[in-house]
Amino acid sequence: MNKIIDRSIDLGPYWPQEDDDLIICRCEEVTKGEIRKAVHEGMVTLTEIRRYLRTGMGLCQGQTCAKLVKNIVARELKIAPNELESAVSRAPARPVEMRVLANEVITGGENHE
Amino acid sequence: MNNNSDVLIIGGGVIGCATAYYLAKQGVNVTVLEKKQIGEGGSSRNGGGVRQSGRDPRELPLAMAGIKNLWPTLSEELGMDVEYYKKGNLRLAKTAGHIKILEGLTERAVAKGLDVKMIDAQEVKAICPYLSDEVIGASWCDTDGHANPMLTTLAYYKNARRLGVRFITGENVVEIKKIRGKARQVITEQNIYEAEQIILAAGYESRAIANTVGIDIPMNRVLLEALATEPQGKMFEQMLGTAEADFYGHQSTHGSFVFGGSSGFDAYTSNFDTPINNSQTAACICRGIIGYFPILADAKIVRTWAGWIDECADHVPVISFVEEVPGLILACAFTGHGFGISPMVGTLLAEMIVDGKPSLDLYELRYDRFKTKL
Ligand SMILES: Cc1cc2nc3c(=O)[nH]c(=O)nc-3n(C[C@H](O)[C@H](O)[C@H](O)COP(=O)(O)OP(=O)(O)OC[C@H]3O[C@@H](n4cnc5c(N)ncnc54)[C@H](O)[C@@H]3O)c2cc1C
Repeated sequence: MNKIIDRSIDLGPYWPQEDDDLIICRCEEVTKGEIRKAVHEGMVTLTEIRRYLRTGMGLCQGQTCAKLVKNIVARELKIAPNELESAVSRAPARPVEMRVLANEVITGGENHE
Repeated sequence: MNNNSDVLIIGGGVIGCATAYYLAKQGVNVTVLEKKQIGEGGSSRNGGGVRQSGRDPRELPLAMAGIKNLWPTLSEELGMDVEYYKKGNLRLAKTAGHIKILEGLTERAVAKGLDVKMIDAQEVKAICPYLSDEVIGASWCDTDGHANPMLTTLAYYKNARRLGVRFITGENVVEIKKIRGKARQVITEQNIYEAEQIILAAGYESRAIANTVGIDIPMNRVLLEALATEPQGKMFEQMLGTAEADFYGHQSTHGSFVFGGSSGFDAYTSNFDTPINNSQTAACICRGIIGYFPILADAKIVRTWAGWIDECADHVPVISFVEEVPGLILACAFTGHGFGISPMVGTLLAEMIVDGKPSLDLYELRYDRFKTKL
């Protein structure tokens, strides 16, 4: 991520591909074409793609699509996938009801409902 | 590579990107230098509030002008839905003490010409029927609202880039250098850039950078946290807050609720290398939410995150030319409420460059307003 990237780089025009309507992020229903297009619109890190399209922001938090998205973005940028830093994983690792989170013991040892 | 431009902007947050866009629209040649990636700071971590109520009178005119003239058409202007809702802001009260806090805020805002008023429990219920029966009243500003900060920042970036702004990410700015008395060069860890005018919009880190030309803005770095639920059926469109700041938030277009808050220990538990969550805070925010929103107790939290704010000694931003350093403009110290005014701030900064002065009086936001207490 701290590599210097000039965002004016010209990737050439966006050409549709046959499998562009393939769904890559199932939770948020984001297609391969949308991801490819986002790269041409200037989103060149996985975090920017996520914030722009919501890939990996749904219930599975990217556990299904993260790798696929990385490969698609890398191919569009014509770089190796491992040159792209993965998006940050966010707690909680799986969805937790608010009532359960809220029930944590608060400082002082008192149990809070 | 040619590293010269008319204007250099340091910081690719919503302020830097909006300013770049409005400048490029007027044909100015701009370069933006960003340390990490677009929207790495508060701009992609915030609660999305686009408020006038609860604002300090010194920045209220900016908030009002933006909500009147810029936000309503921003999605069209940028060709991308920034999920702006102008459906009002409820600031909730459960006790007589809360009511008193809100009456004070309301009085000060009305004196500045803002249409905000106190309403009773029944009126609150009519606006948002999902709230707890413990709510006894609220302040109500029906022109407030919320938007999606990540999309707003990226929409400004995308359009600025389309208009020819050069964005360079991964450039860590360490110094501004004067040449013949004028700010002229920006030195990064690896390169040197030059411009006629430099706009410093790097959040808290603006402090250290401004220090290199002898200017100090008193601000601290403070951590705030936020969380999002899984999508819920559409419930309401207002922005919510409380008198005690237990939590604030809204339901997004996507259906998830986005809530922000803090633990009260944040100043002592912050990690100053990366903005990371403290294990106590999400629990604390959830208790705050359930206290006002019992109906959401079973909603699942899918994600939590943390972000820093650039808290200024007197809690309003610095948007200012710098007399001792011609060629430098400061735009920092937004103190946790810079998103709602960002389109207006971008417009004003562009005016300062193109017209030589902003169309709103920014005297009270000057860089040299800070005085010792005695
Ligand atoms: C949890 C949370 C909730 C919030 N809620 C709201 C809200 O509801 N409403 C509201 O109006 N505001 C809110 N805010 C505040 C709002 O997010 C900020 O005021 C706003 O985003 C400021 O934008 P900015 O562009 O000045 O700063 P930032 O978005 O922080 O951008 C500064 C940029 O400068 C870059 N930078 C830093 N140092 C350097 C360097 N040396 N060289 C190059 N680049 C550098 C950073 O990487 C960053 O991208 C909230 C903030 C947080 C953290």
